Amino acid sequence: MRRLSWFNATSLTLGFAFLYLPMVILVVYSFNESRLVTVWAGFSTKWYGELLRNEAFLDAAWVTLRVAVVSSTLATILGTAAAYVLIRAGRFPGRTLFSGMMYAPLVMPDVILGLSLLLLFIAIGLDRGMVTIILAHTTFCMAYVAVVVSSRLATFDQSLEEAALDLGCSPWDAFRSVTLPIIAPAVVSGWLLGFTLSLDDLVIASFASGPSSTTLPIKIFSAVRLGVSPEINALSSILIGMVTIGVITFSISSKRSITRRQREENQAN
Amino acid sequence: MAQPIKKPANVFAPWADPNAVPLIQFKNVTKRYGTFTAIDDQTIDIYEREFFALLGPSGCGKTTMMRMLAGFETPTEGTITIGGKDMADVPPNKRAVNMMFQSYALFPHLSVWDNIAFGLKREANMDKERLNARVEEMLRLTRLEQFAKRKPHQISGGQRQRVALARSLAKAPKLLLLDEPLGALDKKLREETQFELMDIQEKTGTTFVIVTHDQEEAMTVASRVAVMDHGKIIQVDTPPRIYEAPGSVYVADFIGDVNLIKGTIRKTGPEAYQIQYADNVPPIEVTECAREFSDGDKVTFAIRPEKLLVSETAPQDRANAMEGKIIDIGYLGNISTYHVELPNGQMIKAAMTNATRIDRRSFTWDDTVWVSFRSSAGVVLPE
Repeated sequence: MRRLSWFNATSLTLGFAFLYLPMVILVVYSFNESRLVTVWAGFSTKWYGELLRNEAFLDAAWVTLRVAVVSSTLATILGTAAAYVLIRAGRFPGRTLFSGMMYAPLVMPDVILGLSLLLLFIAIGLDRGMVTIILAHTTFCMAYVAVVVSSRLATFDQSLEEAALDLGCSPWDAFRSVTLPIIAPAVVSGWLLGFTLSLDDLVIASFASGPSSTTLPIKIFSAVRLGVSPEINALSSILIGMVTIGVITFSISSKRSITRRQREENQAN
Repeated sequence: MAQPIKKPANVFAPWADPNAVPLIQFKNVTKRYGTFTAIDDQTIDIYEREFFALLGPSGCGKTTMMRMLAGFETPTEGTITIGGKDMADVPPNKRAVNMMFQSYALFPHLSVWDNIAFGLKREANMDKERLNARVEEMLRLTRLEQFAKRKPHQISGGQRQRVALARSLAKAPKLLLLDEPLGALDKKLREETQFELMDIQEKTGTTFVIVTHDQEEAMTVASRVAVMDHGKIIQVDTPPRIYEAPGSVYVADFIGDVNLIKGTIRKTGPEAYQIQYADNVPPIEVTECAREFSDGDKVTFAIRPEKLLVSETAPQDRANAMEGKIIDIGYLGNISTYHVELPNGQMIKAAMTNATRIDRRSFTWDDTVWVSFRSSAGVVLPE
């Protein structure tokens, strides 16, 4: 293997230190014996145990998980449908506008998205709680799903669908039995992306949540304002672990699906 | 030449039978995309068990014709009937028509077996046993038995082509559409497959409509060929008649090699004419000319290179002989093509079988030779 030059080694170290040092410190201190966050008093997993007995945190975690599952699932259905129409319906009046609007939430500041959703919920008299968080998260995750799925659909050979219709499928049957299985990896990637985004969203959730339901990021944020405790460190470590697993699964599955798709299409056509 | 084809009892020619009922009818069909007219007011009949070829350069509208039959496009004007039924409101999945796609469009996530079974599984009252039997039959027909469990990306191009054919034939459609089916195969495999296709077409008795830009392919497989250009069908005829009796300069020029000589015509008797193509040379004598021309009409005389004889002296038994100089010789092994320049500057291509060895040939570059042909060898076309 080629050795790195000292310059490359230094920039690599600096870059990664910049990115990961804070997280490493957080994870290390989550195993601290002492209650004082900044004083190392020996290794212990007691804060993880404490965490398991903290009802408030557990409730928030449960809410977060349910919100993430439901909203990423809804976002996947809506996002896939939107992507399908934008790629497949051909030219219809306003198509360019629609596709532009589809991607707008990606660049819209979270604060604005959150605020506008809050105003909407108040206007229609919807009590803020888990339902509103789910709706809010579905809204912004859907855009990400649509991007992932439409990029897959753009390279999808349309004659496959025509062949399915030609062989007696109704349009829905053709989508279900031909299109969906082939684009499934992209749909799964979209779901995982939505799940991860929903899991760690603070800004939008804080606009959409009510006193009855709080997500974990909100809980952590408000707890930290009263002072950082080792318990928070433990919780954050767990969250880092979950998001890491999610992101790694997403990138592996999308990379795999891309290579497999290329192999199959090159050889199958 | 325009007299009705004499139809012996055992020859397949329903188009010559006034009582035959066509399977497919295009009636004044027009297809427009915005301001572009892809198909321009075309009427055509295709009969059962025919192997019908739509031939033309890319963009001539042949694929649009086929996609309208499959139901992927609807005519802007006019009607298409299949088996007497108007197809206007029938979606692709409700038509007894199947299509073999140019890209084959095999489902990459399904095995060869499941690809072939795909259409059958969607048929009402299809039980498991009949389905299995039908798939096995198709695998046998296309010699794919040992590949049944493979995925499309695990087999060769020729095998994929056969899977596509088996899948489109599995539902025993009334009509099979083939969109440039052999385009992706190399020359040798393509020629083999053409005969296989004809064989399968005969065995199954299905009506085939093939779209191709390859004139040799169309001539080989088809019972009739429709030559298309710019959204119009220029001529529909059997391959020999398309070749020997083209109806226009476009068709004569599009199919195979041809010499086109322009001149002025003069009637000399029933079905007999003389064409003056240059000053100070004897006119071309033409007999058995089916078309009527008036004296003085501008015409194009079309004659195939292989109908010409190149010789040192003018032969006595041929009505027409033109003197010229050999400019070029193309040696192709079995035949040689001679480019002979006539005194008026016109270049004539003649193809001669190399019956004797090349070193025994008595003429070569720059020699003066005679190009001769019989009075019935060519076709007179209106300019």
